[in-house]
Amino acid sequence: MDEINVLQDINRPENLVYKRTKLMIDTPLSYCPGCGHGTAHRILAEVIEEEGLQPETIGICPVGCSVLMYNYLDVDMQEAAHGRAPAVATAIKRLLPDKFVFTYQGDGDLAAIGTAETIHACNRGENILILFINNGIYGMTGGQMAPTTIPGMKSSTSPYGRDVRIMGNPLKMTDIVATLPGTYYVTRQSVHKPANVRKTKRAIRKAVQYQKLNKGTCFIEIVSNCPSGWKMTPVQSNKWMEENMFPFYPLGDFKTPGEQSV
Amino acid sequence: MKGNEAIAEAAIRAGADGYFGYPITPQSEILEYLMESKPYETTGMVVLQAESEIAAINMVYGGAACGKKVMTSSSSPGISLKQEGISYIAGAELPCLVVNVVRGGPGLGTIQPAQSDYFQAVKGGGHGDYHLIVLAPASVQEMADFVGLSFDLAFKYRNPVMILSDGAIGQMMEKVYLSPQKERSKTVPEWATTGKPSTRERNIITSLDLDPYGQELFNKKLIAKYNEIKEKEVRYEEFQTKDAEYLLVAYGTSARVCQKSVQLGREQGIKVGLLRPITLFPFPYERIYELSGQLKGILSVEMSTGQMIEDVMLAVKGRVTVRHCGRMGGIITAPDEVIDSLKSQITGG
Repeated sequence: MDEINVLQDINRPENLVYKRTKLMIDTPLSYCPGCGHGTAHRILAEVIEEEGLQPETIGICPVGCSVLMYNYLDVDMQEAAHGRAPAVATAIKRLLPDKFVFTYQGDGDLAAIGTAETIHACNRGENILILFINNGIYGMTGGQMAPTTIPGMKSSTSPYGRDVRIMGNPLKMTDIVATLPGTYYVTRQSVHKPANVRKTKRAIRKAVQYQKLNKGTCFIEIVSNCPSGWKMTPVQSNKWMEENMFPFYPLGDFKTPGEQSV
Repeated sequence: MKGNEAIAEAAIRAGADGYFGYPITPQSEILEYLMESKPYETTGMVVLQAESEIAAINMVYGGAACGKKVMTSSSSPGISLKQEGISYIAGAELPCLVVNVVRGGPGLGTIQPAQSDYFQAVKGGGHGDYHLIVLAPASVQEMADFVGLSFDLAFKYRNPVMILSDGAIGQMMEKVYLSPQKERSKTVPEWATTGKPSTRERNIITSLDLDPYGQELFNKKLIAKYNEIKEKEVRYEEFQTKDAEYLLVAYGTSARVCQKSVQLGREQGIKVGLLRPITLFPFPYERIYELSGQLKGILSVEMSTGQMIEDVMLAVKGRVTVRHCGRMGGIITAPDEVIDSLKSQITGG
């Protein structure tokens, strides 16, 4: 009983420092423990809230683990078909140019089935934010090889590790879209440590500002983990990500205003 | 003007908010006409050439979900590519217009006119239990008239509408009376995703329901909607059916041919009439059943291997003989071929 009382005392609202963001709906997330999606959702929600953009925001969720994102964010949202979010966003932004429009897409969605939509939306310079969560695996369907699965990485459809001679090479979409004239701001970040969370949040805030100025497509890749799909604990997965994913997908800005030619 | 141009001009005049398309013969004039007309400078209508038919239909999804009057057009192979998006639009109960200027198939087929997409348009096309409202124009005038009608029906029922035309009507030039320019609508439907103000709950546009009972409930809601459409929106036209002993059932280009066939048949003493379904979904089952009481036989005339004939047979419930007549591969059936077919298959003359 004493322990519970202590816990209740700690949990009293006035003792809590880190509070739920208003735009995050008070409901359990469907994500596995330790997954980066929750953090990515939260900082996006924080930026929308801090910028006062709730009445202006229209988001598009993908097919994949974040398919139910509309249950977690208190903004108007559309559920797109697999890979088609950038096309959906294109029409929304062109019909409602004053709104803040973002897509939130995983690697299978954005870099495999939706490659054409991604490249063409970026190349047209649609004034949207594309948030790309890259965890190198199809999480929702049970851990199959993704277009971004790194060489040697095991998955349920590359059980002996990705052999690039047979399965082809991983696709570095962020590198590709940075070369397109339509993109304005392209960066690759992560959300596995507080410092990285802050950097990613800053990147999202920049993208919001650039969209207000009609600068073109902003593309933020978040290299993230998938403890369930990778069959690791959350701590192991973050360590594995640092040691294996980051060397292949180095973090940092790919294109920033002021250096538009790559 | 051309049928395809009539569609484009009618879209501008109907106050459409957006058109998203991809070139394919025989309907590219729709996109060309819109690009040349630059409605984005006058009415503010968005016109965009997408990177694929798939992207175009998903742009329609996004626009429709904002409560806007949006449309796309294509021809058979392109419409096949759009089927995933059409299913999502039907599943999310969004209003939109899809124009199919049909060419012969299967596969890449031909670029000549055909009516071989009837099943795809009327029976589903994409995955899941859904229906489009399908309108079949038989003239350039109807190409123009059905655009506004389609948007009205689409918004009334929150359901995608298809204009099922063909390469003949798309390419044919006729005189057409155009409606006056309508203002683009400023009303925002209460379900539209336009950004959440503090005065309402957030709007979500989705076709996903992981709860089987929820999904079944939604399917039942769709059935109720389709039943209402079947009850209220059946449209057809009759030609010399009053004393008819034989009936031609044909839509679109085939219906035009059959008007001449009726004349030829009557000159030869055959009491033949024509029923032209204007809506293919909902199909005029009841009227065809009523007529079947006075008939000795029905010929389903369609430029396909026989698709609409299945609905005609369903309509008559075995009361009279129903046979198919029609050329394929992009060939338009000739009026005398129809009468020859009627004689050899039904009248025995």
